[in-house]
Amino acid sequence: MKSRESWGRYPQVEQQTHALVWRTDALPRKDGSLLPHGLGRSYGDSCLNAGGTLLLTSGLDRFIAFDPATGVIRCEAGVSLDTILRLVAPRGWFLPVTPGTKFVTVGGAIANDVHGKNHHRGGTFGRFVRRFELLRSDGSRRVCAPDENPDWYGATIGGLGLTGLITWAEVQLTPISNPYVLQETVPFGNLDGFLDVARASEKDYEFTMAWVDCLARGKKLGRGLLYRGNFAPPQFDGLPLARSHLSHGVGLAVPMDMPAFCLNRLSVSAFNWLYYHRQNGKPKQRLTHYDPFFYPLDAIYAWNRIYGRRGFLQFQCVVPYSTARDALKEILERSSRGGLPSFLSVLKTFGDIPSPGWLSFPREGVTLAMDFANRGEKTWKLVEDLDRLTRQAGGAVYPAKDALMSPENFAAYFPQRERFMQYVDPSFSSSFWRRVNPVSLPFSLAAERGETASPPPRSLLAIR
Amino acid sequence: MKKVLVLGATSAIAQATVRLLAARGASLYLTGRNAANLDAVTKDAATRGAAKVESQVVDLNDFDTHEALVEAAYTALDGLDGVVLAHGVLGDQAEAQRSWAATEAVLRTNFLSAVSLLTVLANRFEAQKAGTLVVISSVAGDRGRQSNYVYGASKGALNVFLQGLRNRLTKSNVAVVTVKPGFVDTPMTAHLPKNKLFASPEKVARGLLSAADSRKNEVYVPGIWALIMLIIRTIPETVFKRMKL
Ligand SMILES: Cc1cc2nc3c(=O)[nH]c(=O)nc-3n(C[C@H](O)[C@H](O)[C@H](O)COP(=O)(O)OP(=O)(O)OC[C@H]3O[C@@H](n4cnc5c(N)ncnc54)[C@H](O)[C@@H]3O)c2cc1C
Repeated sequence: MKSRESWGRYPQVEQQTHALVWRTDALPRKDGSLLPHGLGRSYGDSCLNAGGTLLLTSGLDRFIAFDPATGVIRCEAGVSLDTILRLVAPRGWFLPVTPGTKFVTVGGAIANDVHGKNHHRGGTFGRFVRRFELLRSDGSRRVCAPDENPDWYGATIGGLGLTGLITWAEVQLTPISNPYVLQETVPFGNLDGFLDVARASEKDYEFTMAWVDCLARGKKLGRGLLYRGNFAPPQFDGLPLARSHLSHGVGLAVPMDMPAFCLNRLSVSAFNWLYYHRQNGKPKQRLTHYDPFFYPLDAIYAWNRIYGRRGFLQFQCVVPYSTARDALKEILERSSRGGLPSFLSVLKTFGDIPSPGWLSFPREGVTLAMDFANRGEKTWKLVEDLDRLTRQAGGAVYPAKDALMSPENFAAYFPQRERFMQYVDPSFSSSFWRRVNPVSLPFSLAAERGETASPPPRSLLAIR
Repeated sequence: MKKVLVLGATSAIAQATVRLLAARGASLYLTGRNAANLDAVTKDAATRGAAKVESQVVDLNDFDTHEALVEAAYTALDGLDGVVLAHGVLGDQAEAQRSWAATEAVLRTNFLSAVSLLTVLANRFEAQKAGTLVVISSVAGDRGRQSNYVYGASKGALNVFLQGLRNRLTKSNVAVVTVKPGFVDTPMTAHLPKNKLFASPEKVARGLLSAADSRKNEVYVPGIWALIMLIIRTIPETVFKRMKL
C-alpha cells in the first residue's frame, strides 16, 4: 500500500489509513494512535503518524449551510478552501484568511491556525472560526466556541490535530465586491529596504508579502519584490477578465519526479535573476484575478515533485522586530553559505492581533519561509542552525513546515505547551508530536528559565 | 432533468450526482436509510444551489412503501421528470454461496426492489409522456464470474428488465438509461490498492448525467469499460469457464 506523504515528501513513514465517511460516525478503534489528515499540505511530519493510523477527512466534504446575507458558512472539516471559494466567491464572499494554497481543508486550516497575506490586518484563520464540533476518542462530542467550551476552542485552534477530530466548523467570511485584486509590485534592494516598504505598506494595503532573492549577498542581501494589494473597488465589477488562468488543480502538472540536478545552484540563481529583473526596478500596478494573486503555486499541480524523490525541507520562522534585522541577516547568510539555495523564499510581516489558539504560530514580527532540497545531513544541519538562530532571536518556527525542531526548541517557541497537553486526546498522536515530546524530557524548561521546577507533565502519549 | 427523485442518495455515486444536479439548480427528492447521513446529503445539496430539496428516510426493501414514496415525491416537487435509481448492495459472494438468505437479500435489493419501484415510476412517466429513468447497474451484469456472480446476476437481470422497459417506453418519449460503472474509488474502497481502472464517483456522476442529458440507452463509465467488457463477453464459454475470474 502506498503510504501518505506530507507536502515536503520528507520524512517517509509507514502508517495505516482509515477513510472517514460521515460526520456522525464514531471514530474507528485501532491499535496505536490516530491522527486526522486533511490534504497533506503540511510539509514535515505534523500530518504524519508513523506506526499509527491517519484518519482521512477527504470524505467529510459536505456543506451544511451558507447564508449569503451574513457570509457565515458551515461545512464539514474535509471541505477544501477551493471548494468554498467556488461556492462563495460568485456570491460576493471571500475567505477571511487564506494560506498560499487553496488545496487545504477547513480542519487543516484550523489545526495549524493558518495565516495569510493579511496577517497584519486580520490575524489568523482561527479568529474567524465561530464554532466547530470536536469528536474525541471516548466518543464525546463538543461544540466549541469562544463562549462555549472555550478551553477546548483555544486548545484545538492551532492544536495540530491532537485534541480530537474536528467534524464540522462554522466560519465568518469577508465580503468582496468582485473577484479582482489591485496589485502593486515594489522592488527593494536589501533587508532594510524590505522592512521599510513592508511597514509602510501595512497601513494602506490589506495584503502584503515579498519574494526574496536568496542568493544575493553583501549589500544586496535580502533584496526582492514586495507584492501588495487590495480587493478591487466596485467600479471593477463585471469586468470581463479571462478565466483561463484559474488554477483549480488542473493546470500544468509536474508529471514525474525530476532528477535532483534540475535544482543545482546555477538554475536557481538564473531563476532568481530573471525574476528580479523582470520588474526593471520600478513599481508596477495591475489588476489581477484573486487566483493568481493568492495562489500562484497552485497553477503548477504537484510542484513539490520538482525536488525529486528525496523531497525537501521547508523552514519558516518568525522573529520579533527588535531582533529581526540581525537575525534575518544571519539566517539569510547562513542559508546562502550552505551551498543549498532556497528555490522559493518569502518574507512577510505579522501584526500584533492575538489568536485564540494556544499553540498558534504567528506572533508580531517578520516571518521568513524557505525551501531546501533534501540532501541529507548537510541540509538537516543547515535547518538546525536556522532553528538555533531563530531561538536565539526570541522567535519561533512553524510546526506545519517543520521536520527537525528539537523538544527544547518546541517548548521555548510554545510557552502554552504544558497547558495544551492536558487537552490532547489520549488516543491521538503524530510523528511531530512524539518527536518534540520524547518519553522523558531531558530538561526542564522552568529550570532553564530559573523558575521553580514544576513536576514534569505525565504524558500518556509520550509513551505511545 | 429538473425535478429528480434520487433513490439511495447516500451512495457515493448518488452523492456526486446530487451535487451536480444541485449546482444546476434542480429540485430534488432524496431517499436513504440512515437519517443522519441523508440529512448530511440533503443540507449539502441545498447549500450547493438546489432549487428545492426534500428527503425521506425509507428502506426500499419494504416494497409496500413504493407507491406512497413516489406519490410523496410528485407532491413535494410538483411533478417529476427524472429518476436516478442508485440504491444497491455489493453483498458477499462467499456468504451468498453458503446461504440462500444472503443470496436472496442481494436479489431483493438490487433487482426486485428496483423492479417494484420502476413499475410504479414507468406507469407515471408513460402517462405523462415525458421523463428520464436513470438506473445504476454494473459491468458485473455483463457476464457471470465465480468471484461475484450473485451480484452480477442481480444486475444482469436488471439490465434485461431495463431493455424491455426501454423498448416499451420509447414511443411514450420516456428515456431509460442503463449506467454501467466499472471500479469506483469510493471512501469504502480507500484502503484498496488503486490502479488506472478506478474512477472517482465525480467522474462516474458526470458520465451518468451526460448520458441522461443525451438520453442514451446503455453507457459504460468510464468509456474504456465498453471495450473491456466487449473482450470479456467475446471469450468462448468453453475457455471462460476454466478462467480464474
Ligand atoms: C504551497 C503552500 C503554501 C502554503 N502557504 C501557507 C501560508 O501562507 N500560511 C500558512 O499558515 N500555511 C501555509 N501552508 C501550509 C498549509 O496551509 C497548512 O499546512 C495546512 O494546515 C494544510 O492543511 P491540510 O488540509 O492539507 O492538512 P494536513 O496537512 O493534512 O494536516 C495539517 C494538520 O491539521 C490536522 N487536521 C486536519 N484535519 C483535521 C480535522 N478534521 N480535525 C482535527 N485536525 C485536523 C492534522 O492532524 C495536522 O496536524 C502552505 C502550504 C503549501 C503546500
